[in-house]
Amino acid sequence: MLKTPIYLDNNATTPLDPRVLEAMLPYFTEKFGNAASRNHPFGWAAEEGVDYAREQVAKLIGASEKEIIFTSGATESDNLAIKGVYEMYKEKGNHIITLTTEHKAVLDACKHLEKLGANITYLDVESDGLVDLNKLEAAFTDQTILVAMMYANNEIGVIQPVKQIAALAHKHGALYFTDAVQAVGKIPVNVIEDGIDLLALSAHKMYGPKGVGALYVRRKNPRVKVTSQMDGGGHERGMRSGTLNVPGIVGLGKACELAYNEMEEEAKRLSALRDKLESGLTVLEESYVNGNVEYRLPHTANISFKYVEGEGLMMAMKDMAVSSGSACTSASLEPSYVLKSLGLSDDLAHSSIRFGLGRFTTEEEVDFAIENTLKAVNHLRELSPLWEMFKEGIDLDSIEWAAH
Amino acid sequence: MAYSDKVIDHYSNPRNVGTLDKSKSSVGTGLVGAPECGDVMRLQIEVDENHMITDAKFKTFGCGSAIASSSLATEWLKGKSIDEALTIDNMDIVEELALPPVKIHCSVLAEDAIKSAINDYRVKNGMEAIELEKSHH
Repeated sequence: MLKTPIYLDNNATTPLDPRVLEAMLPYFTEKFGNAASRNHPFGWAAEEGVDYAREQVAKLIGASEKEIIFTSGATESDNLAIKGVYEMYKEKGNHIITLTTEHKAVLDACKHLEKLGANITYLDVESDGLVDLNKLEAAFTDQTILVAMMYANNEIGVIQPVKQIAALAHKHGALYFTDAVQAVGKIPVNVIEDGIDLLALSAHKMYGPKGVGALYVRRKNPRVKVTSQMDGGGHERGMRSGTLNVPGIVGLGKACELAYNEMEEEAKRLSALRDKLESGLTVLEESYVNGNVEYRLPHTANISFKYVEGEGLMMAMKDMAVSSGSACTSASLEPSYVLKSLGLSDDLAHSSIRFGLGRFTTEEEVDFAIENTLKAVNHLRELSPLWEMFKEGIDLDSIEWAAH
Repeated sequence: MAYSDKVIDHYSNPRNVGTLDKSKSSVGTGLVGAPECGDVMRLQIEVDENHMITDAKFKTFGCGSAIASSSLATEWLKGKSIDEALTIDNMDIVEELALPPVKIHCSVLAEDAIKSAINDYRVKNGMEAIELEKSHH
């Protein structure tokens, strides 16, 4: 029996895997110690849990455990990486290169630094969501200290050419930081092979708990340092003070271990389901897949259904949790800046739906999603004056809309 | 944010969806909003010789609240004279549908659509266009 509502918003967050919960439970009540308490067994038990988790996280991304800094999540990791590198290396230069499609945590950290004198280049992506490496190459100056470019995008799932980006950064004497929240645990990520100097990841995007994440900071070739953004007890090699969230960290570790063991098979299963969903929906006239379809995450599909509005559409997609690039609820009425960066017109951005499949998504749910979405789009097109005009052959661009 | 029961009702069972023949002199058409803003409403009225609204139809591209606002507007228009129809205020719609602040623009759009349809009818039938209050958005 299909249980509704079904959850297809796994890019926003994922449910906790029960195996992760099981690993975490002892650390709330029995092994509750402070991992920094060096003088008694309570502290040792907590520290042991943290050390093991550090190994699990490191293994998933090909790092050494000493290179993992635990944080409260990817927003903190993004802030620590960008602001921490800027503060540490600003004598060397003040220029940072990033993308217009980055997560707000990256963009707003950069905006913050601009006020402090940093010079930030926000590179546009191509219409498929990928960075043009020639444009990146041209953006470097002798002041460039950091390239901050995400591994995979949260809205459209496209995977950037990380190795090439890293190589260019290093060629120009800059460090490479990547927000890899959507990629880690979903596709193979290896900091050595990819040439990554700093990497942000989050537990709750890979079936771990909310409120915990990590920053990978390279220790060799080159040895990277970041200035801490919080003053305190000097935890995490002085880069991130604050008593460690032991149960959360243990959960993150377990989530990484499960992903490491199951990723390959899971990616195959998910991309087959995603393809099924996509081909089942693009039978609709005037439907468009957003972003590059070759270089992208196995579990994400972003589709615009022209002439219907995303929020209205989500309301019609009963018993399904998805998300839309439309922002009808925001005061600005601005649609997704990521989709706009691809050069999508505002009306197509308003018409987009993101489907995020996950570990617990079944084929039955995908079948339900297809049927339900087709019905909803057709229903809303019956209500849409734009669809009627399109069907009558009226060029919508020829109409003088009263913009408001 | 949860939708009110009334929004859900109008959204799930929209009243008076459809199209009237806009070439007829007895039909007034209002088309407001813009695709790039995420909502477009088309509201039409059919008016008899006594200036009474005998029929009203709509089609809307937009969120649930926009669809519900225009559906409600068509219900309210039927049986009113074109002068009475002008008294429909967007805040009446907000109240009836319990729209939250972020959705007030949907009701404003519905009011604009009503006025614009009435004006279209008036101009077609040799009456002066009434002045529209401009841009509360």
